[in-house]
Amino acid sequence: MHATSRDFSANAGAALADRNLQRALAMMTGSGFPLRRREVVERLPEFEALRDIGQSIKEHTLAHLDFYLELYEEQVAASGGIVHWTRTAEEACAAVLEICRAAGASIVTKGKSMIAEEIGLNGFLESHGITPIETDLGEYIIQLRHEPPSHLIAPAMHLVKEQVADTFRAAHRTLDPQRPLAEPRQLCDEARAELRPRFLAAEIGITGANFLVAESGSSIIVTNEGNGDLTQTLPRVHIVVASLEKLVPTFEDAATLLRLLARSATGQEFSSYTTVSTGPRRPGDLDGPEAYHVVLVDNGRSAMLGGEFHDMLRCIRCGACMNHCPVYAAVGGHAYGWVYPGPMGAVLTPGLIGLEAAAPLPEASTLCGRCESVCPVKIPLPNLLRRWREREYARRLTKRSWRAGLSLWAWVAARPALYHGLSELGSRALGWAGGRRGRFRSLPFAGGWTRMRDLPAPEGRSFHSLWAERQKRGARR
Amino acid sequence: MSGARAEILSAVRQALGRGRLDPAAEAALRVRVAAHRRNLVPARATALDRAGRIDLFVAMAEGVQATVTRVASPAAVPAAVVQYLAAENLPADLVMAPDPGLDAIPWHSRPLLQLRRGPAEPADAVSLTPCFAAVAETGTLMLVSGADTPTTLNFLPDTHIAVVRADQVVATYEEGWDRLRAAVPGEAAGARLPRTVNFITGPSRTGDIEQRIVLGAHGPRRLHIVVIDDPASDGRGQGQDGEDGCEGPAAAG
Repeated sequence: MHATSRDFSANAGAALADRNLQRALAMMTGSGFPLRRREVVERLPEFEALRDIGQSIKEHTLAHLDFYLELYEEQVAASGGIVHWTRTAEEACAAVLEICRAAGASIVTKGKSMIAEEIGLNGFLESHGITPIETDLGEYIIQLRHEPPSHLIAPAMHLVKEQVADTFRAAHRTLDPQRPLAEPRQLCDEARAELRPRFLAAEIGITGANFLVAESGSSIIVTNEGNGDLTQTLPRVHIVVASLEKLVPTFEDAATLLRLLARSATGQEFSSYTTVSTGPRRPGDLDGPEAYHVVLVDNGRSAMLGGEFHDMLRCIRCGACMNHCPVYAAVGGHAYGWVYPGPMGAVLTPGLIGLEAAAPLPEASTLCGRCESVCPVKIPLPNLLRRWREREYARRLTKRSWRAGLSLWAWVAARPALYHGLSELGSRALGWAGGRRGRFRSLPFAGGWTRMRDLPAPEGRSFHSLWAERQKRGARR
Repeated sequence: MSGARAEILSAVRQALGRGRLDPAAEAALRVRVAAHRRNLVPARATALDRAGRIDLFVAMAEGVQATVTRVASPAAVPAAVVQYLAAENLPADLVMAPDPGLDAIPWHSRPLLQLRRGPAEPADAVSLTPCFAAVAETGTLMLVSGADTPTTLNFLPDTHIAVVRADQVVATYEEGWDRLRAAVPGEAAGARLPRTVNFITGPSRTGDIEQRIVLGAHGPRRLHIVVIDDPASDGRGQGQDGEDGCEGPAAAG
């Protein structure tokens, strides 16, 4: 996927002017994920303690990742599956294609997978004559619209139902043009009816994995729709595409992370379907795939391990950080310009496609800290964003006007007498100009602020001078 | 792609600032894995007695739009199924898992019920399955694949009816895993877990359009659970209780 992360400012401007997008975003922040998460977390007193344990499980696994990868592979092989190790997106796509060709498949169904988005799997398969069909409702909608996902777990979050109806009318041409499609119920039923024959026709099913369990060589997917299960149960071949950091040691560890995942993601106690797959169909089994492949993808993970952005490898892709991000809530996911949006995307994207290609993303945050406070594995997202900002500055990737402003500020701030003098002068001047009203309706150079609200005027004294006076009084007493 | 394998493992080790773990460290990790130590387990279900656990299972399942009927004995299951199908205006035509436990239910008491045994076909409207366990903490069914329990039954038909015996209700996922490991003895000697373990919590749903929950996205539109509160299974149930009772909110870490 071509990244437009460098154009974040322009993307964000367009997003703010997009009325459908703004309506869709308001539905999420109004009564959607954040509210549901809060309610379900309040019902589980152990939730905070589970976050600490989730973090330690992931850290333990990462610290011994080589061991768990080898154990996992050994167990997959023992249960009749095959692991394909791939270093890059290209190698991963090629591995999937090879399996498809060996199976003589031309139609594949797909469950929702962020790693498949990351490696650009759909485009690659299409260019090699294989038709991938997305089966998650949101993914199906955006595949018809040729759009990337705008959210980790709700890929069509940016759309309102009227847009989905238009998309379906344009795509499902054999249906009665007069059919009612005003409600999500009708849209969902139509997608169900359209996709059912494709589930049955597919020769290969591709899913991602939320977790890979080392002890047994199992993959786990979590869905609500059941599309992932039809995808991996009906075809002859099941391919799992997963990145290295999905490993966990045992089912006990997976259970702990699963308790965190659904609550953090959709605010459910548990998702409708948590499916554990271990190898292909067994002798005597009446259904299930005859072959089970895992395409294990590095694509930059080993380079992040042990480094400054190591913590990001704990991410379980729940989406809580973006659900609680004021910037994401204002501009949605597409503004971030690549596969991963929101705070986790602003940290991960520069790590995967390079800071040069993703430069403004670390700026796309107020550093308010809500993301870190809801992260189920306690990734210090604001801190990681700050580290990227430092690198941006060091590599001269920040805007020249910002750099000039920051240099000027640094020069002044490093001279306390000058700094105090200027701030005292500034606050007195603003206090005087604010007059009796004590606020500004408009200010030169601050129109962006005052267009929406008044700027309170300083009371007339700086904190430093008040503090100095107070200290003096205290000393006299 | 063996070159890729070696390169990835070596990149991982380099990033971790060490070579391959020494045999003693690897052995210690294998012990950790084999120990299946539980992390912190929420007290919500573990603090309850058997009856409380079943009540919690039912309440949690109903909380996610599953429907539940409780009956006193296996003999009462056919009538409960017939009643449910009639109330939902569904055909009395079922595809059923060829499972000995289900076969033991006196289906002949309801001759109008059409039963076919086997995996689900696209035209099947209603399926009937047993379960391996039922997890009280979130009202979750645990189903396993096998010769007697094809997976398609859980997903293809519009309506899924699952039969749960009272002694199958466990407090937590961890207890479910323990029971499954116990059911595949000699795992080390080559026996494996079933191909699929399905944790099912309510019917299929989606919130992908405007965050409004719609049931029946791709999987079943309806999940109906028949719980058999059978006093005859008490002996077995209490045995399990004793075993599970030693586990409470275990040490964190």
